[in-house]
Amino acid sequence: MAQGKSKPNSILIKGGHVIDPAAGVNGAMDVLLRDGRVAEIAAPNKIRASADENFNARGLVVTPGFIDLHVHLREPGQNYKETIATGTAAAAAGGFTSVCCMPNTSPIVDSPEWVTWIQQPQRGAVVNVFPIAAATQSSKGAVLTDFRGLQRAGAVAVSDDGRPILSETIMREALRLASEINLPVIQHAEDTRTTENCSMNESATSFRLGLHGMKVAAEASIVDRDVHMAEQFTGARLHVAHLSTAEALKAVRRGKRGKGRVTCEVTPHHFTLTDSDVGDYNTNCKMNPPLRSESDREALLVAMADGTVDAIATDHAPHATHEKIIEFEKASFGITGLETALALAISRLGAQRIPLKRIVELFTAGPARVLDLRGRGTLARGSYADVTIFDPKKRWTFDVTKSRSKSHNSPFDGWQLMGRVIATIVSGRFAYRSD
Amino acid sequence: MTKVARGSLLDIEHLAVAEISALLNLARRMNPQKPRPLLRGKRVLLLFYEASTRTRSSFEIAAKSMGAMTTLVLSSGSSIEKGESLLDTGYTLQAVGADVMVIRHPSAGAPLLMASHSNVPVINAGDGMHEHPSQALLDAYTILRHKKTLRGLKVVIIGDIYHSRVARSAIHLLSKFGAQVTLCGPPEFLPDLAACLAPGLQITRSAEEAIRGADVITVLRVQKERLAGMKIRLQDYIARYQMTMSRLKLAKKDALVMHPGPIIRGLELTWEVADCPQSVIVEEVKNGVPVRMAILAKAAGKAR
Repeated sequence: MAQGKSKPNSILIKGGHVIDPAAGVNGAMDVLLRDGRVAEIAAPNKIRASADENFNARGLVVTPGFIDLHVHLREPGQNYKETIATGTAAAAAGGFTSVCCMPNTSPIVDSPEWVTWIQQPQRGAVVNVFPIAAATQSSKGAVLTDFRGLQRAGAVAVSDDGRPILSETIMREALRLASEINLPVIQHAEDTRTTENCSMNESATSFRLGLHGMKVAAEASIVDRDVHMAEQFTGARLHVAHLSTAEALKAVRRGKRGKGRVTCEVTPHHFTLTDSDVGDYNTNCKMNPPLRSESDREALLVAMADGTVDAIATDHAPHATHEKIIEFEKASFGITGLETALALAISRLGAQRIPLKRIVELFTAGPARVLDLRGRGTLARGSYADVTIFDPKKRWTFDVTKSRSKSHNSPFDGWQLMGRVIATIVSGRFAYRSD
Repeated sequence: MTKVARGSLLDIEHLAVAEISALLNLARRMNPQKPRPLLRGKRVLLLFYEASTRTRSSFEIAAKSMGAMTTLVLSSGSSIEKGESLLDTGYTLQAVGADVMVIRHPSAGAPLLMASHSNVPVINAGDGMHEHPSQALLDAYTILRHKKTLRGLKVVIIGDIYHSRVARSAIHLLSKFGAQVTLCGPPEFLPDLAACLAPGLQITRSAEEAIRGADVITVLRVQKERLAGMKIRLQDYIARYQMTMSRLKLAKKDALVMHPGPIIRGLELTWEVADCPQSVIVEEVKNGVPVRMAILAKAAGKAR
């Protein structure tokens, strides 16, 4: 995890506006971090203890460190796209102090050994990395992995992300086994039997461009089925990854009233863009699930405001240039997202009058609850000293060539955004400071 | 839209009416019997990733008859087979001295990708299910040899519209010129979404309703393999949508029957319809040459 050199081991963050939804804090507070923990949080100028470093947060918002439930760090095996070091550097620049990385690497992370490997200090992570392990061997959807062994090695959830678990028998068994050890099952909901050769949402734009379109039902039918199954087991934990349709939200709402624990995440691109943004074959608007209709986007905004959505997750999916500057149908699915997530949330959700407190919750307490990350997602005394400090009013232009990520596949290059990360502190040490 | 080399022809959708008219006028001044040597010394590269008879031969004849040198590159038997990317093939062809690249590709948007990374004009000879602009131009040229204007003409496009790049280009062109376009086919071949392609499009599932009073009937090829796995059976399709002489009688007396080819007699149209006096199917192929001469002349900057 985060490596400290000759950095201070205590920091006093003074004069900031603290928003900690988990602790019900929303006001001017000072925060003292010491020995990797939150040592004290108190009204301005009430903290007597001195610190190795004082950080002036006047005019800034101070929050628990952001948690991203869904990133692709591409290691092992695909380090031409990203490495754990570059991906976590991008995370830190985006205000994320913890990221959960998906197992669809090469090889697939389906064994405790690989889960351990990801967490080794040699990987050079600058933020906390929580591995999500494959739910089935090689993510082939046929044979479940060793959930207990994976959890013991540090996996915080299981998922075959990139592919869904199509077999009902396997999915039911996964939910049942995982419920015994309180492990969430994360589903990439896509009925791939209906999406073969599809490269975007079925829409007027897909028809115009002559591209095969994915139907809303491809996502919604799987979410609906999974929610039904989760309702059958007390303690089952189903988390719907990158939910993108109004139809799937209906199932999640139903699930939240049931016996199991059903949660979901939404990406910044799905609440910002629509299928018409594909324009004339912009491969940086090609992702899976695809960008959907304006009415789906509006439904996501409502669900983010009303609490149906638990977390904003980026689905940061770096790809090399040769995988994106290519025929649209051949191009890889996915975009980078760590460095633009907060600003898109402030710019887009703020415009919908979703209060900043709720936005912060979607980046902190919300995701921490989804995966039961104890001591994270809050600044309560004794919590991990993971802190994000940002200027919610700062206007800036995203320049993808300056990204910390190894890849540049973002549709937001050149966008004027509002809200910028000023500093990211992981375990009491600066992982990122803006110039 | 992305910046592309001047003289490129990538689609009909983004063309202005004036640009289309200029190309059609230029085509009328082209005489395939006595061509002007407008492309003397020019190198036209024909890059075909898909099978083609009509389009390939007519582009090649159009280019050669104006004095160009042509080279045909097929995906089989070239470096494409070895895994070379589309853009790298494009860079290679520019390096050997291409002045114009004509490309047919199974992926929608491939010509645009090529053109946005190219210094020489790119002509789309058909890309996936997207567009086939030269076909729409030659069809407009053909219609206008028989009808005074496109404005107000009742044009029916019948068949597998979903998979058809010809249909998409034709719909854009005809709508821009004020024709009244009706699309006809079963939902599998004609989703309701098709109505969004251009303003004023009509959709009907009944061939009789579509054809009644039509000035132009464009019949599209139906690929048997595409019917596999669909709700509609081949025999049902033929019963409901095949262009027959009795259906043709519902159209105006001077209605034209068109088809981009290749035709499958006995499937989307009968033998009699294919060869009837109102059929301009062969004329379309013939008109492909002057139209493609105009397209190439414009690409080479010789649009005089």
